Amino acid sequence: MDPVFLSRLQFAAATMFHFLFVPLTLGLSILIAYMETKYAWSGDKNYLRMTKFWGKLFLINFALGVVTGITLEFQFGTNWSRYSEYVGDVFGSLLAIEASAAFFLESTFIGIWIFGWKKLSAKAHAIVMWLVAFAGNFSAVWILLANGFMQNPVGYDIRNGRAELTDFLAVITNKHGLLEIIHVVPASLLLGAFFVMGISAYHLLKKQHTEVFLKSFRIALVVGLVSSLVVGLTGDMHGVNVSKTQPAKLAAMESHWETTAQAPIIMFAIPDEEQEKNKIEIGSIPGLLSFLGFHDFNAEVVGLRDIPKEDRPPVLPTFIGFRTMVGLGTLFILLMIYGWFRRDKLLESPNFLRIMMFAIPLPYIAMEMGWVVSEVGRQPWIVYNLMRTADAVSPIAGSQVMVSLTAFILVYGLLGAVGFYLIAKSVKEGPEAATA
Amino acid sequence: MELQTIWFFLWGLLWAVFFLTDGFDFGIGILYPFAGKTDRDKRVMLNAKGPLWDGNEVWLITAGGVTFAAFPKVYATMFSSLYTPLMLILFALIFRGVALHFRGKIESPGWKKTWDTLIFIGSFFPALLFGVAFANIFAGIPFDDQGLYHGNTFKLLNPYGLLGGVLFVLLFMLHGANWMTIKATGELRDRFAEIAAKIWMVLVPVAVIFLIASFFATSLYDNYIKSPALFLVIFVAVAALLSARYFTAQKAWFSAWFASALTIMGCTFFGICGLYPALFPSSMDPAWTLTAMNASSSPLTLKIMLVVVSIFIPLVIAYQTWSYHLFKDPVSDEDLDMDEAY
Repeated sequence: MDPVFLSRLQFAAATMFHFLFVPLTLGLSILIAYMETKYAWSGDKNYLRMTKFWGKLFLINFALGVVTGITLEFQFGTNWSRYSEYVGDVFGSLLAIEASAAFFLESTFIGIWIFGWKKLSAKAHAIVMWLVAFAGNFSAVWILLANGFMQNPVGYDIRNGRAELTDFLAVITNKHGLLEIIHVVPASLLLGAFFVMGISAYHLLKKQHTEVFLKSFRIALVVGLVSSLVVGLTGDMHGVNVSKTQPAKLAAMESHWETTAQAPIIMFAIPDEEQEKNKIEIGSIPGLLSFLGFHDFNAEVVGLRDIPKEDRPPVLPTFIGFRTMVGLGTLFILLMIYGWFRRDKLLESPNFLRIMMFAIPLPYIAMEMGWVVSEVGRQPWIVYNLMRTADAVSPIAGSQVMVSLTAFILVYGLLGAVGFYLIAKSVKEGPEAATA
Repeated sequence: MELQTIWFFLWGLLWAVFFLTDGFDFGIGILYPFAGKTDRDKRVMLNAKGPLWDGNEVWLITAGGVTFAAFPKVYATMFSSLYTPLMLILFALIFRGVALHFRGKIESPGWKKTWDTLIFIGSFFPALLFGVAFANIFAGIPFDDQGLYHGNTFKLLNPYGLLGGVLFVLLFMLHGANWMTIKATGELRDRFAEIAAKIWMVLVPVAVIFLIASFFATSLYDNYIKSPALFLVIFVAVAALLSARYFTAQKAWFSAWFASALTIMGCTFFGICGLYPALFPSSMDPAWTLTAMNASSSPLTLKIMLVVVSIFIPLVIAYQTWSYHLFKDPVSDEDLDMDEAY
């Protein structure tokens, strides 16, 4: 049993499962903080009911996000010890800063928020929620900067047989990391907004608690509209940067084999990694890839055939991941624009509400696919052009990893089911009854 | 003082603070099936740590993160060598976290019983395994110059390792019982005062045996013999342990809790001072031992991280102190009636 393959599977399973909960924590915390602020400063009880209802769902999700995050920090040491030794001088500090500057704040104040309803004034309690929301998102900033280093290592020198920090400022202003931040943080807000709209739609379709869910829907609609546009824009910026810094990833994202100018985008293709070509190609738009990658229709785009085989990422998941993400991202923008024109006629738009209800999983899929593009597309490197994934694994037995991987899948599967059940139950129960 | 030495003791401090904060959470979780007779008792126990445990657990994350940042080679070798025990701890912590949040979500005896079991497992095993792991680290771990581990998980369960585990479990139980005397009222409080007194009776001999066994199983005392002033650490730990019993008898609940906190601090630093400068001693060849000097990050990283922790750790201590202060009163019926309560 190959510890590299198993450790990769384990890390992928743990990260992707963790990432089912994190974006909702990031996005929904901001929406709840806003709702509670409205309550604290206006005294409108409907905002309190909103805060409590969404807060309940938030906490179930938060619990799963936290427990699944703890294992990740330690997996660099357990499964990727060669990596940790080699880049820990740069990478470790980002994780340590995340814990001490952000995660502490989030975890301490979430406890105060849950148990402090009667101990704090309404305004102070709302401020606590803002601290939780800030801390969660600030935490994401450090994790994404850490990932940015893996994608585009900067600010180091190879000394004493390892990567040593030479320029901390370069590490925390790493363009790749910053682009990830301005893409992923709004995407989380988008996911949170879709979650709120979808669940609100469920109740609005049943015409119940409308005073709570119309308000919730409209707040989320504004947030969803703005964030869907920002996600599209920053996604484009991110793509242009990847074209320059990670040509192999770009080629895999598009299953682009031949180096050409005026490179096309192919709407549908089945990549054949053995034959180094696409088995089927349908609907080619000439020059579009050159334009999207370099904002120039005539730009030359390197094809996978001109990249040595051992330096190519797996094409199929990267290709499918990218298409799914972009397709869904476009759909989100269209839905939000349509929703904007229906904002005052929501109750008369059952079809739109139904679509939004069934759209809840879509931002989750889009975000997971985004990670696939980012992480699978980086292979075979764990740190781009610096260290190969195969050289990064711990000197541990594959059987050990097999056991822990099995445990991860069983435990996480069970937790996911319980979490889903609890969230669904709370959704159905709806908010507490209105009091005079 | 050298940067690496500062970081060595900061590293020890973070582990010590983790044990002294989350330690009482573990302790309450271990006492949970025995001391909580009714559902109300159980809920008082859970709500006694409810607002605090999330923040307490982050001391572990920070200790891990700081190990990574300041001593990457230790982080790499320690966690890959101790792969299975660490995974067991992490899964136990997952169970504990989820159980605390989910137990009260559904009013069904079967549902609650399931999570109750997991609360115990998720508290007992981390307490035991941290003790086993640290005792084994004090004694030395069989790994070579390539960071390759030559032992197996069962070898960690040697008598000295198990003694460390038992010591940790008892320390945390005492600390948890002391916290419960602060947070419970009436008959329940008296029950925890009695429990604390009983645990103390067992803890004292175990602690003495551990101190003696350490002389034979480890080379921790070398540093103490070199600089006898260090015996002060042991003295403080022992004095704190003795006064814990006195304060419980005096019904000075907060003082008793501070005393058990100081005992845990003292016990951790007993090991840390003895280890110095080693962070992860190799039992195969002392030349392969990872020390603060040969396993640290570059001076630049150590300096930057020192600035970071000098700003944030005092800040964390400040707001966590505020949070403890906010939730210092006993758990009341009104607290238990809140929707959000565990």
